[in-house]
Amino acid sequence: MADIVIYAMYDDDDVLKDGAKKLVAKGVKVAEVFSPFPIHGIDPIIGVKQTRLGIMAFLYGLTGLMLATIGMRYFMISDWPMDIGGKPNETYLDNVLAFVPITFEFTVLCAAHGMAITYLLRNKTLPGMPAQNPDPRTTDDKFVMEFRMSENSQFTAAELHAMLNETGMIELDQKEIH
Amino acid sequence: MEFKISSKAKTLTIALMVIGLLFTGIGVWMETFNHHGEHMGLRLMANLLVDSFFFFAIGLGALFFLALQYATETGWYASVKRVIEAVTGFMPYGVGLMILTLLVITFMDGAHIYVWMDPEHVKHDSLIEGKSMFLNKGFFWIRTAVYMAVYIIFWNGFRKRSLEEDRVGGTDLHFKNYKKGATFLVLFAVFSSTSAWDWLMSIDVHWFSTLFGWYVFAGMWCSAMIIIVTLTLYLKKQGYLPKVNESHIHDLGKWTFAISFLWSYLWFSQFMLIWYANIPEETTYHLTRIEDFKAMYFGMFIINFAFPMLLLMSRDAKRHAGILTFVGFVVLCGHWVDAYLMVMGGSMGKNAYIGFMEIGLAVLFLGFFINRILNNLTKAPLTPVNHPFLDESIHHEI
Repeated sequence: MADIVIYAMYDDDDVLKDGAKKLVAKGVKVAEVFSPFPIHGIDPIIGVKQTRLGIMAFLYGLTGLMLATIGMRYFMISDWPMDIGGKPNETYLDNVLAFVPITFEFTVLCAAHGMAITYLLRNKTLPGMPAQNPDPRTTDDKFVMEFRMSENSQFTAAELHAMLNETGMIELDQKEIH
Repeated sequence: MEFKISSKAKTLTIALMVIGLLFTGIGVWMETFNHHGEHMGLRLMANLLVDSFFFFAIGLGALFFLALQYATETGWYASVKRVIEAVTGFMPYGVGLMILTLLVITFMDGAHIYVWMDPEHVKHDSLIEGKSMFLNKGFFWIRTAVYMAVYIIFWNGFRKRSLEEDRVGGTDLHFKNYKKGATFLVLFAVFSSTSAWDWLMSIDVHWFSTLFGWYVFAGMWCSAMIIIVTLTLYLKKQGYLPKVNESHIHDLGKWTFAISFLWSYLWFSQFMLIWYANIPEETTYHLTRIEDFKAMYFGMFIINFAFPMLLLMSRDAKRHAGILTFVGFVVLCGHWVDAYLMVMGGSMGKNAYIGFMEIGLAVLFLGFFINRILNNLTKAPLTPVNHPFLDESIHHEI
């Protein structure tokens, strides 16, 4: 289904934030905001849900913890029991203290890498992926708010333009996507 | 807004003190009759040392935290600054109790707690003789006096300037606090370690660990954060501190969470290195505690580590008053046991147990501690009027 997308450009994040507040109060749905840096406090205004990245981080950490435990038990206890300084090596638990730092490091490694990769995948910003932002200037010093006409069917495009003009926008762009 | 102690809170603190005194009395009586008063002096003084140090350390931890905020010119904490200051307000009492306890112990020639104070003992112990250049009554008291003087002078200065800022405003006092805060941190960096050696590590006089000071310091910081967050929640519940929002609570919760990890990390670092090297003169500290207090020693570690880790991990838990208070209470008990084992492991050893005297004195000190802190809160407006970062703090949002 064809949809009309409106891009309103601002040159100040505070102006954009105030504009978004006013528009949302009037019932306009903001689809997305593009910005060179995170705008503090914009998420609740445009209705971005709380991130679930933290839950994923916990799961990745748990994976790392388990992999490290299984790995070290195999390397140091089952496959080739290692005698280091005469420490007991009959069971994993006998020697568990020595494995704690490595387990910790591997937990952090998995959590950090897992989180970074998830973040890049979710935002479709892995290296080499085509850019999603409507205007290259949003990586420099401009801010763009995106609206979709299908989500704002109670307004006409002209009404939306008029409302946007009041918010201190500097440039307007309209596109039809299929 | 001015804080008024509710009659309920006042009754509670007095009840705590009365119950504590009663229990201590029962404990002393039982010790006299059931054990023929064999360990009376030792047990009483060791317990006094545990509780004086534990509550003094909470005040000191809060003082350190305050100096840290000054030195880093933090903005967010401005609206909870008076809460932190109220906890530091225990300093003069804590210092007084510490000095009193140490003084009595010194007059009892160490009371079998600091055996290096007993000349008869030192004569037959060449290891202590070798350390007597550092560990002797005179030098011990010079050091203790210097620590206490520095802590009290800085505490007094911070408090005076904080109240003055309410009257005059401006940024002069802010920059002065910045400098004094940084100076305090430098002194505290040294003193927190050396004072832990003097007051706690010298109980296990043959043993030494360079990490010990940080471990003690992390414990006091963690307890201080718990008291600060609990007190903030209490005041908020009573309708005070309207400018403190969820984000402040969240930040204080994060500190509690993080410092629990710092403490666990240091405890484990000390334990693992000693376990790995397995040198008899190093393992003695842990061996005595494992032999005499196995369940308590490891239980305390698991509680102080696992409780905050699992229960405070999520964002919502750090904003939830009930969870924070519950975890705070459990972990505070855990840190008290930590302090108890630091003292008892090397002094009472296998004769130590938690009875009426231990609980009584801890409750007595707790009642007094809360009473003094609440009293301190009444002495200044709960929100600093002219703090330069107050506006930032009011709009704090994370």
